[in-house]
Formats: sequence, structure tokens, C-alpha cells
Amino acid sequence: MNRSLSGLLPGRSSQPGKRVLPGFALSLGVSLFFISIVLLLPLTGLIMQTADMGWERYWAVVTDERVIASYKVTLWAAALASIINGLVGLLLAWVLVRYDFPGKRIMDALIDLPFALPTAVAGITLTALFAADGWYGQIFSLFDIKVAFTPLGIIVAMSFTSLPFVVRTVQPVLEDLAPEDEEAAVSLGATDWTVFRRILFPAMWPALMTGVALSFTRSLGEFGAVIFIAGNMPYVSEIISLMIFVRLQEFDHAAASAIASVVLIASLILLLGINLWQARYLRRLHGR
Amino acid sequence: MSISIEGITKHFGSFQALKDVSLDIPDGQLVGLLGPSGSGKTTLLRIIAGLETADGGRILFHGEDVTGLHVRERKVGFVFQHYALFRHMTVAQNVAFGLEVMPAKERPPAAEIRKRVDMLLEMVQLGQLADRFPAQLSGGQKQRIALARALSMKPQILLLDEPFGALDAKVRKDLRRWLRALHSEFHFTSVFVTHDQEEALELSDQVAVMSAGRIEQVDRPQQLYAEPSSQFVFDFLGHVNVFAGQQNGTLLNQDDAWVRLPVGAAERVGQTAQLYMRPHELTLQSAPAAHAHLPLCIESISLVGAEVRLELSARGWATAEHWEVGITHTQFNSWQPARGDHCFAVPRVAHVFQAEGQAPETIRWQSGELDDPAAMI
Repeated sequence: MNRSLSGLLPGRSSQPGKRVLPGFALSLGVSLFFISIVLLLPLTGLIMQTADMGWERYWAVVTDERVIASYKVTLWAAALASIINGLVGLLLAWVLVRYDFPGKRIMDALIDLPFALPTAVAGITLTALFAADGWYGQIFSLFDIKVAFTPLGIIVAMSFTSLPFVVRTVQPVLEDLAPEDEEAAVSLGATDWTVFRRILFPAMWPALMTGVALSFTRSLGEFGAVIFIAGNMPYVSEIISLMIFVRLQEFDHAAASAIASVVLIASLILLLGINLWQARYLRRLHGR
Repeated sequence: MSISIEGITKHFGSFQALKDVSLDIPDGQLVGLLGPSGSGKTTLLRIIAGLETADGGRILFHGEDVTGLHVRERKVGFVFQHYALFRHMTVAQNVAFGLEVMPAKERPPAAEIRKRVDMLLEMVQLGQLADRFPAQLSGGQKQRIALARALSMKPQILLLDEPFGALDAKVRKDLRRWLRALHSEFHFTSVFVTHDQEEALELSDQVAVMSAGRIEQVDRPQQLYAEPSSQFVFDFLGHVNVFAGQQNGTLLNQDDAWVRLPVGAAERVGQTAQLYMRPHELTLQSAPAAHAHLPLCIESISLVGAEVRLELSARGWATAEHWEVGITHTQFNSWQPARGDHCFAVPRVAHVFQAEGQAPETIRWQSGELDDPAAMI
């Protein structure tokens, strides 16, 4: 769950060359091999495909007007979706950890549903619900709000598929918080709101940021759930993954790879940035 | 500020943690709640603080009923067992927390908060660590910061939950002495919880010994050690040697062993009685004395410390636990006992328990009844 968190917890290696745990070389070797085959090789292939394009063509493809519009739509929608997920996910994690109520187990299990459900199924379901004659869509249309086939629909689909990231990163951190910290704060006269703001939130903050960042990057790449509900109008509700798909259908593999590389680089920079920031924050907490 | 605890009861589910506990703590005293784990001492402390609510009974501070008052309003300083320092704040921010979260109208200006924090850190002798984070401190330092933080609101009552439990022996001793000094300087009323009898006896003005949700005895440390009112307190405070026997007139006997009670002791016939003796209330001899025949066998010898501690097993009779007797190093050197050697115990003072839950009768043998010095080791 919290690879980035637990990796920073104490547990230092002694002198180099002398390790207590056996199997270091083998396990690291296998891990690296697997990462290479499953992650790095395809990524390299992706970059290779763009290599024979030349800079000018590459630049022309990735800065095409319609593609630029899709960047904007995707970024905005993903940003809003992950912010919404940050708020709702925090609330869900809080409720699941802090309170006991009937059906808690079921609710906890339901959180992972978006992971389990094929995204296309999610997309079709959401579209049916939010279409003008759907259950939700009817209510929204009373206020003259159209969700399906607009950028709003993109946000809904993105929120749906990436909600578990926030809940599942915040939950364990919230569970580990010592009740004494809160009691200490209250005994010093702090109000409940102050305790949340000054004690609980700072402790959850790194996990929450990780969850939001994961949710954001997942939303950037979401395809299945979004294309059904987005309407896919050029310049209005086309997302990046759709642009890649369109290029592929035109058998322009190089252009598809070029656009994909932009998404890839943006996601990598974001994840790396979050990890570095979090490392600094946690170093403070663990005193190293 | 005095604290009165009146008839406090507390259940956790079906488990009764506190059974009608009452205790009066006069202003300015340092009182230790001592007991084994599960005896309810921490629960009682948390109820005094308002971190836990009692099912019944009242808590009064300075005669004023605070039972219904929230922790926030009780204005007590509470030091947690594991310090509960805020990890994401520096030492100075931790200590300043209470002052900074005061309502804007009452809050002192920032400059004064800084001054107060500096003063508090000076008081705990950790001024140089103001900008460190808790993770960078040692256990003893954390504990002192926790104390400084608890004292930041100038509480008149300071409550400490196992304050030195997680620290090593030397740091504990330092901190104990230091807390004692702090207490006499600032004159707050303090209650602390501990399972360490040495700590309780050394630090407190009064000790309340707790067992199974009840207060067994409240007394000054010397009284508590010298005159325990129950078998539990006896057992809990230091080692005790027990001889259980059948009483017949003045004779108490079990198999091969017997003790003749001194003149004036309550005589009974055909009843069981238990003799409790502290290690220093016994001497060892190579031959039995006229008033006691308690054959023992040396099981182990511990040379470390001010005296030599011998662990002894009963020979020809039975005890639940090994006996312990201390002899001086001089005695040890002239006697030269070895493991497996036989000897006899001679009680000089003993405490007789006739029945469960009853107060003991303390008996002394006159020097005339103690016999021939030649046999003394």
C-alpha cells in the first residue's frame, strides 16, 4: 500500500558487503528483471517509435491544435477529479477508520469496486445514469446541467475510477495515528477543529498528497470509462488517450507514440516530484 | 489545588475497571498510584483528567465538582506514557501549542509566547533543542519536553501516566530527582501512575496501592512498607517470605517446620495462619533457634549490591515461593556459604495473617527469646 511511506521508515543497512538478510542479490535481480520486461521495455519501445520522427515532426504532432485542446481538457478534468477525490476520499477514509456503523465492512469492500470493474463497464453505466433521461441526468436536467457528453462527464468518470487511490493511501495512516496525540492537544485546550487542523491533518497530509497525485496520474491516462461519457467532441471533450487512439486508428503509430510520450513524461515528473517532496516531509517526522 | 475522588466506578463492557474508588489528595502533594497492570490505576488517572468518564461518582478540584467538565476546561497538565509529542512540530512549537490555540482574546502576544516557551525550555534544561523535531530527541529529552508542554498552561494539577516507564534506569533516576525538585518549586498537586514500587516509594508523599479496581491502602511510603494492611500490599511491595501453618496455641507448624509465637500473641487452636516476614526481619543460623525451626537450603547467592542476597528453598516443608534473606558482606565472608548448604531461619519480627482480607498482627520476639549467639552466623 504505502511503498513510499514504509521505504523511509528506520531500518538501516550495516556495513556494506555484510548483510543479515539472505537472498539480496537474487531478489533484487528478479525484481529488476521483471521491472525491465514489464515496465521499461515497453516504455523504451514507445520512445524508440518516436525516434525516427525527427524533432520537427514530433513537435508538430504534439502541438497540434486539437491535441493541445485535449491536453487542456484532460488536465483540467483530472485536476478537478483528483481534488474532488481528495476531499471525498479523505472523508471516506475518516468515516471508515473513526466510526463504527452497521455495514462498515461492506462499505470498505465497495471502495475497491472501481479497481475491479472493467472501466468500459463503468463508462457505459455512468453514461446511462447521467444521460438526459437517466436517473441522475433527469435531476441534473432540472437545473439545466448536462453531465453526459460534456467535460463534466469526463470529471465524473475520472473521479469514479480513481477514488480508491485516495482512500487506500489515507486509511492506513489514519489508523496508525495515536489517540494520545489528540488527547494531548485537547488537554492543552485545543478545540476539535484545531485538533483536526493542527494535529490530524498534518499527519495525513503526505498520504493525502500521494493519493491525490496517484488519482491525478490515473485520470490523465483513463480511457475506457471516459470515452463513453465524454461525447468526444473535438476541441471540447476529447481527452489525450482518445487522441492517441485516433492516431492509432489512422495507423500513424509514430504520432500516437509521440502524444503518449508527453503523457508519460508529465506523469513521471509529477510522481517523482511528489515522492521527493514526501521524502523531505517524512524525514522530518522520522528524524533522519 | 486539592483533588477529591468520591466513589468512582467504571466499566469497560462487562469488565469492572474501578469499584467505588475514593481518595483525597491534599493541595501540593505528590501522590503515586501504584499497582500491577490491570489494576485500574491509569483509568483512574484518565478519569481525574477528564479523558475518560466515570459511570458513577464525583471528582472535585478544590471542593468544586468537575465531574461534568470536559478535559479542555479542567485545565490539568497531562503527561502521557509515550510522551505524545506532535511529530511534525519542533520542540518549541510543541511547547507553544497550548498557548497558541487559546482563543484570540485570551492569547498572549507572540513575543510573550516565545518568552514563555524559552523559559519553559530553560526550566527543563533543553533550551538548545528548541528547533529540533521530536524524532531527533532521546527518550529522556522527549519526556522533559512533554513535561514542559504540560506545564505551559500553568496547571495547578499535573497528572503523569507511567512517566518514566520507557526509560533506562539511570535516566529514570535523574528524571525522578528532577521531577521532585520541580514539584517542590512550583507547588502543583501531582498524581502519577506507576507499576514500579521503588519509584512510587521514592517519589511520593503518599502512595495509593491499587489492585483489581480497588485502592488497597493509602499511606506515606515508610508506613506502607513497614505496616502493610493486607497480604496484597505486602506481596506487592518488595519481597516477602511466607510461612503458612496450622496454629495450635502459640505453635504454628507445617510438616518439619514450626514457629513458636511470642508471649502475648493471639492464641488460636486448629486454624491456619500465615506468617509474613521481610528479608531483613530474618537472620540465618547454622542451628535451629528455640522459638523457630525453619530448615532451609541455599539455592542461589547474589553478590551484587549493598548486601548479599540468598535465595533459599524449604527443606522438609513447603513454600509457594523461594525465601530471600539478605546478609552483610562481612557475614558472608566469615560464613562462606555455598549453594546446597543447609541453614535455619530465625524470625525476629513477623506479621501474622489469620484470614484473607484481614489486617495483620505484627509480632516481635524479645531478645531473651532469641537464643544462643554461638549458633548465629
